[in-house]
Amino acid sequence: MTIWPKIEQAIKDRILILDGAMGTMLQAYKFDEAAFRGKKFADWPTPLRGNNDLLNITKPDAVRKVHADFFKAGADMIETNTFNATTISQSDYGLSEHARDIAKAGAKIARAAADEWTQKTPDKPRAVLGAIGPLSKTLSLSPKVEDPGFRDVDFDQVVISYKIQIEAMWDYVDALLIETIFDTLNAKAAIFAAKEVFASRHKELPLMISGTITDNSGRTLSGQTVEAFWYSIAHARPFAVGLNCALGAEEMRPYVQALAKIADTHILAYPNAGLPNAFGEYVETPTHMCNHILPWAQDGWVNIVGGCCGSTPKHIAKLEQDTSELEPRNIPDIKPALRLSGLEPFALGAS
Amino acid sequence: MSASTGFINIGERTNVAGSARFKRLIVDGDFAEALSIARQQVENGAQIIDINMDDGLIDGVRAMTTYLNLLASEPDIARVPIMLDSSKWDVIEAGLKCVQGKSVVNSISLKEGEKPFLEQAELVRRYGASAVIMAFDEGGQAETADHKFEICKRAYDLLTACGFPPQDIIFDPNIFAVATGIEEHNDYAVAFFEASKRIKKHLPYARISGGLSNVSFSFRGNNPVREAMHSVFLYHAIKAGLDMAIVNAGQLTIYDRIPDTLKTRVEDVILNKREDATDRLLEVAQDYAGGKRTLKKTDLKWRKLATADRLSHALVNGITKYIVADTEEARLASERPLHVIEGPLMDGMNQVGDLFGAGKMFLPQVVKSARVMKQAVAHLLPYMEEEKKRLGTEDISNGRIVMATVKGDVHDIGKNIVGVVLQCNGYEVIDLGVMVACEKILETAKEVDADIIGLSGLITPSLDEMVYVAGEMQRQGLNLPLMIGGATTSITHTAVKIAPAYSKDSTIYVQDASRAVGVVTNLLGDNAEAFKQDTHTKYKKARAAHARAQGGRKRLSLADARANKCALDWDGYKAPKPSFLGAKTFKNYDLNIVRPYIDWTPFFATWELKGRYPDILQHNVYGEAARGLYRDAGAMLDKILSENWVQAQVTLGFWPAVSTGDDIQLFSDESRKNELAVLHTLRQQMVKSEGRNNYALSDFIAPENINQDYIGGFCVTAGLGIDGKDESSRVRDFKAADDDYSAILFQALCDRLAEALAEHLHERVRREFWGYEKSARFGVKGLVAEDYKGIRPAPGYPAQPDHTEKAVLFKLLGGDCPEETMGVKLTESFAMQPASSVSGLYFSHPDSLYFGVGKIEKDQAEDYALRKGIALSEAERWLAPILNYD
Repeated sequence: MTIWPKIEQAIKDRILILDGAMGTMLQAYKFDEAAFRGKKFADWPTPLRGNNDLLNITKPDAVRKVHADFFKAGADMIETNTFNATTISQSDYGLSEHARDIAKAGAKIARAAADEWTQKTPDKPRAVLGAIGPLSKTLSLSPKVEDPGFRDVDFDQVVISYKIQIEAMWDYVDALLIETIFDTLNAKAAIFAAKEVFASRHKELPLMISGTITDNSGRTLSGQTVEAFWYSIAHARPFAVGLNCALGAEEMRPYVQALAKIADTHILAYPNAGLPNAFGEYVETPTHMCNHILPWAQDGWVNIVGGCCGSTPKHIAKLEQDTSELEPRNIPDIKPALRLSGLEPFALGAS
Repeated sequence: MSASTGFINIGERTNVAGSARFKRLIVDGDFAEALSIARQQVENGAQIIDINMDDGLIDGVRAMTTYLNLLASEPDIARVPIMLDSSKWDVIEAGLKCVQGKSVVNSISLKEGEKPFLEQAELVRRYGASAVIMAFDEGGQAETADHKFEICKRAYDLLTACGFPPQDIIFDPNIFAVATGIEEHNDYAVAFFEASKRIKKHLPYARISGGLSNVSFSFRGNNPVREAMHSVFLYHAIKAGLDMAIVNAGQLTIYDRIPDTLKTRVEDVILNKREDATDRLLEVAQDYAGGKRTLKKTDLKWRKLATADRLSHALVNGITKYIVADTEEARLASERPLHVIEGPLMDGMNQVGDLFGAGKMFLPQVVKSARVMKQAVAHLLPYMEEEKKRLGTEDISNGRIVMATVKGDVHDIGKNIVGVVLQCNGYEVIDLGVMVACEKILETAKEVDADIIGLSGLITPSLDEMVYVAGEMQRQGLNLPLMIGGATTSITHTAVKIAPAYSKDSTIYVQDASRAVGVVTNLLGDNAEAFKQDTHTKYKKARAAHARAQGGRKRLSLADARANKCALDWDGYKAPKPSFLGAKTFKNYDLNIVRPYIDWTPFFATWELKGRYPDILQHNVYGEAARGLYRDAGAMLDKILSENWVQAQVTLGFWPAVSTGDDIQLFSDESRKNELAVLHTLRQQMVKSEGRNNYALSDFIAPENINQDYIGGFCVTAGLGIDGKDESSRVRDFKAADDDYSAILFQALCDRLAEALAEHLHERVRREFWGYEKSARFGVKGLVAEDYKGIRPAPGYPAQPDHTEKAVLFKLLGGDCPEETMGVKLTESFAMQPASSVSGLYFSHPDSLYFGVGKIEKDQAEDYALRKGIALSEAERWLAPILNYD
């Protein structure tokens, strides 16, 4: 059974709601080292506290509760707790070999939560997005200042790492969300991996892709503008493209607008709950956040909205309530043209 | 920048087949220099750069990977898309794995049949690129128009049937050499045009590209003819539908500029108009083979204007190239050399002044104009001297201004800019340089009968020196206005401290260079008295406002401030341990590494272009000026680095430390028994709201030795030189050549390099020398800028405003003769020399932060003097700018 056709129907009628932050919600449990380890990793040689994805195995109920809270708040789609469930990111904890199990467990929990809520409220489709994060190693930047040509990892290794993650989640997710992209080349490797899996399985899952503009320079960490970013990943033909993280809704506005202008697919946006304060906490209230997101909807820029770091079920509930009557963005008709990019976009106009 | 229409230049110099120099650099492994070729291409207007490593001597996969990875860290090159050019698929694929943007694969074709073609096309899609498809099939390369189109159509149909987007298809219908002497080759260009037309008509959205240099292959060694052939070919090919071509963007003749005979004969060849076309071109080819390059395509129409108009054009546009010749022409046509200055040159400068005043020109452009003016005047000067001797005539000027950076201070970028702007407006400026003693300034002013004295300074002790100069002017009875400028000066300080010391004429604060002309014009104009009266009234008000503010602001006693110190939780705190103790020096530090750390925003601020980099480059008002300046800065920086104009040196050290009250005690070794030095810090005394602390830097060092805490210190400079050719001597050379623009540019760049070096060193300290920050982590939190731990406050700046503490730091780092060990010395006002130097302390505690001490009360000044073992009056002298009492 798949609920995706219902999502495709619903997105024509209204703005869909994505969930809020998993990480900051889990932090609220204040799990200690022992809780993170559980029984299974009690003797693991390295500290594991902070490895939120591991909680899929050691504290599945807590993860499930967060999913449920977001569904209860009105989310149409939730992200699996698998942001770092890749062999490369888990290598920070020496857990590469367990990355597959962590990803799979995360996908399973999300599926179970979604199925439960679909049953509870059959009119509202509840979808699971397999979350694919940016990795702790990056393809376009050198970790060594004195050696700018050096790379920690190469494209093929990144593709393999992502393929393992996608395969692990395959049976449980409705779509894939490549997110928090600060290096477009990592994202291109994730797209490459997804396409390889699609080819070998003779089946495609919808892709959603979300980049991260790091500050008011309007660029990704690897230096691309929003337009250049879209040109670089448009070949994935994503179901939706968007922006998330790093910025609050207020700061994100011009970039959402820029993307909405050029992308001939659905637009997704899920900012942080403001910018972190001096203590690294996100304190923007639901009302404040919604006040900045609503104009995007009113201006017809978005099809899917949600929250990133610091956003709680309260933020999501408020979003759902406030956007329920608003029209979703109409996908513009963009003429085919040769569009290339470096850090900046380049287009040879439609003749 | 996004070009949305028009013909696309693809840079060809980063192609080992297209550039012998590039090939040599790649073979030699000199990738850094090879990058500069890419940069040049982009600067010359290439909108895409073609990269090709196909050569028997080169490991293509490795060279492509290394080059692209290095290129990724050069934003000024990486901004444009890349064309990955190779006849080997594995080299292309290696390239696709390194580029984050959407690039162009050049090329794939049907030469091995449909299966490999479609497999490669599928991979191109998977990597997210567009592709050049050669008109090449199993039978070979297509030569006729029919065959070219037939192959392209077949490829197009195959690709679109598999879902390959037609807009990502670029056909290369093969540009072959013409005029080879072989009859069948004569129609090659025409076949290309014909095929292009049909592709455009029948294959929607597909684009057309080609490698231009092939067409003129038979005229190797005769560049003028080759360039003419390229221009003619392009002219017709673009009309036929060519969208892009691989060209040397710096070497294209303009079609209309090709001499008529040559053009006709080239056109006959390209369009295959007559049987003897090749012979006829050969006939004339030698006439153009003089080895001379045809002129670069610069718009030189203005050279046809009348002399006076050429002079103003050169002034407004800052072009020095023809200025001496044009000035000479003007001189010969004038009765007296002076008339050239008073006439066309001043007219031009007035235009510059008007445009500047109207906000249509900006400081960097004005300084460039001044360079032109100076060179013109320098040319006329000998003639004027000669005339003066002959006729006994007098100089005239709008006014004479003596300017200097005061004793103890070495910073003069701002003063230099003000000087240039004033000269642009017809004032005579006598610039005495830096570290000028009061006596010298006053003597010169008397000697030359100056109309105004201008004083500049950057560090706070200079404020005191300015008060002293003002007092001396009063005592010696000078009667002329005094102008004050520089980063730490202010209207309040001028009104409260300097103006009262000098009552014989006006003392006036000048905020920035753009206001200098207005102030000087007013001071020397007909309404000077009214202006001086206004200033006097304004400053009186400023003094009153200052006095009111003093009374109103409540401050804590030192004891209360200390009771509210930032008490960190030291229980169980384990301070990170540095990798070495004592001081270390690195000589000849590689500034190339430092370049990416340059913060350009303050650089633009120096030139009064206010805005954040890189946004400022696109700024609707400043953008053009900023881009020009940035280009010039980039070019000079290239030279500074490649020709080692300056040398950098780095000294840093770490010592065991413990805080005792507001002091920090340093030890020579881990036994923590032998005191090495004491650093004194100052505490905030403003009233803080609940929960906020009154900080002193000592709060960030553990108060007990059980915590085993440490402190670090550093001094970096980017102003040293070889053979006495250091920063200041180069500045002098530029000025002697009447090139203030380069002088100021150079100083500003050295300044940025020093700051960048400090930033870079701090990163190395955190990661390596102190090592408390492990490898770069790109977690979500890491995306928020500047969230690293630890600070590097500098003595003389807000967290420790006392410059004299630099002496303690320098002794720690450099021993008794810092100039020898560190390359930097302190002046009597504790300014660092060379000027492009940065020093400071390192604190590692994660809660350490930057703050401003603000104003302090007498109780702290007394306490501080006692701790430092100096007289209260001495302490008050150095702390003057932050004392909350008079």
